[in-house]
Amino acid sequence: MSQGSVPLFWRLKKSKYNLIGTKCVTCNSIFFPPKTLCPECRSKGKLEEFQFSGRGEVISYTVITAAPEGFEAYTPYAVGLIKLDEGATISGQIVGDASKLDIGKRVKSVFRKMYEDGSGGVIHYGIKFEVDGE
Amino acid sequence: MTQKRVAVIGAGYTKFDEHWDKSLRDLATEAGGKALADAKMEGKEIQALFVGNMSGGRFIGQEHLAALAVDQAGLTPIPATRCEGACASGALAFRKALLSIQAGEHDIVMAAGAEKMTDIKGEAAVAALMGAGDHEWESAIGLTFSGLYALIARAHMKQFGTTREQLAMVSVNNHKNGALNPLAQHPYTVSLEDVLTSTMISDPLRLLDCSPITDGSAAVVLASEEAVKKLGIENPVWILASGQASDTLALHDRKSFTEMAATKFAAKTAYTKAGLTPEKIDVAEVHDCFSINEILAIEDLGFCKKGEGGKFVEQGKIAIGGERPINTMGGLKSIGHPVGASGIRQIIDLTTQLRGRAGKLQVNGAKVGLAQNVGGSGATAVVNILGVE
Ligand SMILES: [Zn+2]
Repeated sequence: MSQGSVPLFWRLKKSKYNLIGTKCVTCNSIFFPPKTLCPECRSKGKLEEFQFSGRGEVISYTVITAAPEGFEAYTPYAVGLIKLDEGATISGQIVGDASKLDIGKRVKSVFRKMYEDGSGGVIHYGIKFEVDGE
Repeated sequence: MTQKRVAVIGAGYTKFDEHWDKSLRDLATEAGGKALADAKMEGKEIQALFVGNMSGGRFIGQEHLAALAVDQAGLTPIPATRCEGACASGALAFRKALLSIQAGEHDIVMAAGAEKMTDIKGEAAVAALMGAGDHEWESAIGLTFSGLYALIARAHMKQFGTTREQLAMVSVNNHKNGALNPLAQHPYTVSLEDVLTSTMISDPLRLLDCSPITDGSAAVVLASEEAVKKLGIENPVWILASGQASDTLALHDRKSFTEMAATKFAAKTAYTKAGLTPEKIDVAEVHDCFSINEILAIEDLGFCKKGEGGKFVEQGKIAIGGERPINTMGGLKSIGHPVGASGIRQIIDLTTQLRGRAGKLQVNGAKVGLAQNVGGSGATAVVNILGVE
């Protein structure tokens, strides 16, 4: 089983390819991944699309050597918790030299291949991060 | 409102292992039989069955597991319900069984947990387990559970100075206990050096920081106070309180990456209901799916201040004979982690301690025990407190 079907990627393409989340215009909270309900404002919330800059900071990171099915060919790969400058925190792969990674490092988003779906040969793309300014 | 008193009156689990020769149905029936034998029952006394199972569909292609279990146990037509909360499925089944008695619906019920994880290859099992995370935003970028807990571990190390050695000491403690548990999958001791030099899985977590992939089943029989009296049960273990809480499914949506808010909330609920403080807990079973999670549990259950869990472990306070013995039968790390069964297995190990039947692993004078079972990276947490008079 792959980690994401074609319909899933198609449905989420705006956010997965362009870092478009949502913003509640009632309370100014921003969400990535996008939410369709503001947990604070409830029925009074009004959500619209919000474009993230893709710049942020590493809150924590790991280098995965034991991968799940579908990612075996890509080990070792780094994954971090990235606090985006606009506020939301997301999980993302971090490309480049993992030995240069550290908590607090500035990163920016890049568009990369995520993985190939072995059975159908579909190549999934998405947002990854790289250390900023190098 | 005073709640009905409910007791555990029978308990038993299978050997936790890679059971190539046994199916899920074999294991569940075996565990149920052990629990019934312990309660000195035939089975027809059971009025309802609750089954904890995380992912029968992905592990063995079988859903509708409560129906399978009640059928195999020969207990149709009693109601049978599956409870799923990832790795906390077992404790959820236990809690739902308790609530069904407190609601006045039943007097004697069974709560069981079962998982058969080794029929598929390791990478597929890792992917199946990741079903407990956020499929769209965590699994889809190649995250694993060891990866998620590694993110927590590194953040905890940075924020509080928790050391790599302190993490390893969790595994050393749990294996030391598990070495004397004949039902454990890995019943042997490991040294600090063994842990620190084991294969890297998700930096900084290594193989011996991680609970294994396991087949196994566990079951308990619960009874109302009236049923306990009627049956003449001599050694009931009373359920003093149960708490359950939730948090965001994805780790990245949490307010803090170094604590489990769901554990804190579930524990607060349970302590309040039981009228107890953390100091009154004589023995605890905590969810050591990864070494870092035992340190978080120690802190979030209130056994020490936030950030001091690593020191707590280093000072030997979690050892049998220490200030707060934890995972005295081996924990998930040494006993194994058949995900849907672990929450019930924790209750059974507490029951054994509180009945004074733990042999060489006995915590002297243990009267009150706590079990904490976590689903995913902390999205579900259940805390149960048990006690004897
Ligand atoms: Zn709002």
